[in-house]
Amino acid sequence: MAEKAILFDSTKCTACRGCMVACKQWWGLEGEKTQNFGSYENPPDLTYNTWIKMKFTEIESKRTGGVDWLFTRRSCMHCTDAACVKVCPSGALYHAPLGNVAYNNDLCTGCGYCAEFCPFNVPKLQGGAATVIRKMNKCIMCIDRISNNQEPSCVKTCPTDALVFGARQNLVNTGKERVQELKSTYPNAYLYGEKELGGLHVMYVLTQLPQVHALPTNPEVPVTAIAWKDVLKPAGYALAGLAVIGLGLNYLAARANANAKAESKSKH
Amino acid sequence: MTNGWNDIANSDCILVIGANCAENHPAAFGHIMTAKARGAKLISVDPRFTRTSAKADIYAPLRSGTDIAFINGMIKYVIDDIERNPSNYIMTYILEYTNAPFLINPDFKGPAELDGIFSGLNADARSYNTATWQYQLDENGVPKRDKTLKDPNCVFQLMKKHLSRYDVDKVSKITGTPKDVYLEICKTFAATGKTGKAGNILYAMGTTQHTHGTQNIRAYAILSLLLANIGVSGGGIYAMRGEHNVQGSTDMALLAHILPGYLGIVINKDVTLQDYLKRLTPTTKDPLSANWWGNYPKYVVSLLKAWYGNGATKDNDFGFGYLPKVSGNATALHSWIPLFEAMNKGTIKGLFCFGQNPAVGGPNSNLERGAMDKLEWLVVADLWETETAAFWKRPGTNPVNIKTEVFVLPAACHYEKEGTVSNSSRWVQWRYKAANPPGEAMADLEIIDELGRKIKEVYKSGGKYTDPILKMTWDNGHPASSDKVLREINGHDLTTGKLVTNFVSLKDDGTTSCGEWVYCGCYNEEGNFTKRRDLNDTPYKIGLYSKWTWCWPLNRRVVYNRASVDLNGEPWDKEHPVIWWKDGKWTGDVPDGGFPPMSVDPKATRLPFIMRNEGVARLFGMGLADGPFPEHYEPWESPVKNPMSGTQINPTCIIGASAPGQRGTSDKYPYVATTYRLVEHWQTGPMSRNLSWLCELQPDMFVEISEELAKEKGVANGGKVIVESARGQFEAIALVTKRLKPMNVDGKVIHEIGMPWHWGYSGLVTGPSANVLTPHVGDANTAIPEYKAFLCNLKKA
Repeated sequence: MAEKAILFDSTKCTACRGCMVACKQWWGLEGEKTQNFGSYENPPDLTYNTWIKMKFTEIESKRTGGVDWLFTRRSCMHCTDAACVKVCPSGALYHAPLGNVAYNNDLCTGCGYCAEFCPFNVPKLQGGAATVIRKMNKCIMCIDRISNNQEPSCVKTCPTDALVFGARQNLVNTGKERVQELKSTYPNAYLYGEKELGGLHVMYVLTQLPQVHALPTNPEVPVTAIAWKDVLKPAGYALAGLAVIGLGLNYLAARANANAKAESKSKH
Repeated sequence: MTNGWNDIANSDCILVIGANCAENHPAAFGHIMTAKARGAKLISVDPRFTRTSAKADIYAPLRSGTDIAFINGMIKYVIDDIERNPSNYIMTYILEYTNAPFLINPDFKGPAELDGIFSGLNADARSYNTATWQYQLDENGVPKRDKTLKDPNCVFQLMKKHLSRYDVDKVSKITGTPKDVYLEICKTFAATGKTGKAGNILYAMGTTQHTHGTQNIRAYAILSLLLANIGVSGGGIYAMRGEHNVQGSTDMALLAHILPGYLGIVINKDVTLQDYLKRLTPTTKDPLSANWWGNYPKYVVSLLKAWYGNGATKDNDFGFGYLPKVSGNATALHSWIPLFEAMNKGTIKGLFCFGQNPAVGGPNSNLERGAMDKLEWLVVADLWETETAAFWKRPGTNPVNIKTEVFVLPAACHYEKEGTVSNSSRWVQWRYKAANPPGEAMADLEIIDELGRKIKEVYKSGGKYTDPILKMTWDNGHPASSDKVLREINGHDLTTGKLVTNFVSLKDDGTTSCGEWVYCGCYNEEGNFTKRRDLNDTPYKIGLYSKWTWCWPLNRRVVYNRASVDLNGEPWDKEHPVIWWKDGKWTGDVPDGGFPPMSVDPKATRLPFIMRNEGVARLFGMGLADGPFPEHYEPWESPVKNPMSGTQINPTCIIGASAPGQRGTSDKYPYVATTYRLVEHWQTGPMSRNLSWLCELQPDMFVEISEELAKEKGVANGGKVIVESARGQFEAIALVTKRLKPMNVDGKVIHEIGMPWHWGYSGLVTGPSANVLTPHVGDANTAIPEYKAFLCNLKKA
């Protein structure tokens, strides 16, 4: 089956945030308690109960008014080269046949490696040692809807067609055409996700350089994650078998954490 | 609105002014995006760079309350350009379809001569005698015209003289808009004057909520007419309604000055039906004028028959005497501001609020909440316990001291009842019930029906003048049925008992009934047309969808559409024809009057603007309270002296009794403030501040201020500020932004601040209400409060 994707055209998005509400409605996710921190933006970040959020960025601009207001989607990018799938020790996270990254909640052990290794900082966990086992949550591209020929709920609700769902290859073409149209007004216009991480299943039409939209310029799967998959993951299972899972995974998590931090420092 | 939502997609240039449709009409923005994909330009004019501005090709800031100067300057640009390059405009349209060539009484004088006022002002009465604002008539009583447009008393020349004062320098001085951007907008929008091009103007409450709000819209009308944008596809003026059925409520006369169908309210001088009809039925001696309002008697008598049935006979003036009468200017006496002033004085003792939340939505909330304290009883029908329902326990109040008896009636929400809603496009659409209301909640119709039955029962036991209640028909079924009510609205032929086909069949002899003449035809013997769901778009595929539901009047999707064609009935824009005269008949939309084109049959034809007794559109409009041309006045509270004239404010605006004692001046309150809505919340908040998914998006009341003002005041983004006007104050979060910038107004640096008005003391998230700051003054014609421009002070909390 042809891979599917979502194309987000930031030039058509009015930040009505209907996508955020539609997502919560479809999945029955709780509203967060928030506080205005001097921005239209809220909740402050993705959480266990918030799978999409819109980022608002004000920048100086040569356009009339001297300002531009960028609206950027923040949610799972459904990478082909998905770090979360690579590092998931229990096999909970997987690539569905349409290319999206889904997970089996029953298998999730709450180890948090996906959260540590995701170059976009998307997976979020809830729960803790004192209460119950932690679980991860994130966008799964409405796998129930798309496998029944429906658009994801965020796409369905978008009033301006800033979000479009379809065959990935078609959307790559649409996105490239759109970028060409925009180049005269926005020389930095760019289709983000065409090639990044082997091709993302959520692609963005951007008017500015990715970092201006708060996106990593060259997202990569950390080397440690690759090592994990090929070398340490089998060991992880072995450790689980030896029932020293808590100790062992904590050690690995700490290592991964340190590595990820070192990685991100070297990038900036 | 003149056109419909879908037709925005056909525009070449969309001017959004006094509106922020990305936030307040988010679904409509899809049509704007379709137009942009076709190459249309989007212009956003707003004191603040909004989510709409973020998508615009051109953005211009303007100081709140200066729209008239802004648009008048654009009209001047167009007039100058018409004289230089007439071929860039449709001169036939201007000469034949507007009153540009009409001659005006030579005694008429305008603000250029009278320092900001028009001839006929009675300053003490705050009203005009309009005797000089009239046409010169020839010996047959037909208005005189000079089609060369040279006569100094012709409308075109008067307009030119009036607008000569609005040059770019002056406009920029008043509005604070930089000249280069302003000229770019003038040029871009004026380009829609070309044959085959169309531009539209989208407005909302940012336009209307001023002491000169109606004249703001008049300015849009004049600009649009000179550019031949009225009646054409992709053109028009869009009154974007703020609620799903606010168009319907206006049609049904939820206003002080009208009866259903925009018929005038009865005044105490109308002793008989004849007096009333004589006062309001326009006449014409021009054989080319259709003068549609000449049908006034048919609509009024049919309305009385719908209301009083067999109780309305020729002998009793069809029950005309049963109608309540007002003692003067209904708007000045009985609209929102005077009603609350009267409650405050104790004159009005009871209040019904259906889906209204005045404790948050009304201006000068402290005064209006206090006015409610003086009521004997209050009935609130709503989905939630609103701030109004809870006014007696609001913060700072001791319930012990409030004697008002409060009844809260749980109401069904829109998905829990059936009936029609009328959208901004004038489409009357049937909506089906999706779920049963919870608990004891009832549909508004059922509540009113029960109330009506009970009142009738009580009146049966006697009292003073019981006929108006007892003779009134009250046959809504039990439980009350929307279907039955819609049939009553459509009307019946009382001789056959059948539903009337449309308002052309209504009569003034008592043989027809009709509850709202502009809706007549929505439900006839072929069925309930508001339930139609046919998506065929024939014949010209411009998005009319003529068989999708039903549109008033007569299913006409674009009003004034006979101005979309030339004198032979050929469309100006053949790519987007609204109507087209082919093989001896009109094709396309339902034409404005079925008369043949003007050159095809000069005898049988009628002028295209059939609702005006002169048959053409008015550049010079004598029907308004505050002048035939829009003139710039400062808001009630302004930081500057009017740079245009010695007349500071609209000399006929409505000033609440409490207002003069609470008027802020710029020495104490130096900043211009404006209020607005956010996409995340709905009006006064009951429907959104009770939903956690929306609360999380916009949890708190905030005030937007520029980086420059924040620096001056030592305010940090996300910190707290105290905002204060002459009427109240509150503390809120400061949202420091690049999207507001100080403006240069008449040589002074003026800071404008902005704030949403969604918060109150009820609901899941609460916060201060912006309206504690706003004044009790209103527009001269509608009395809509001036929410959009007032003065305040701001300091770090």
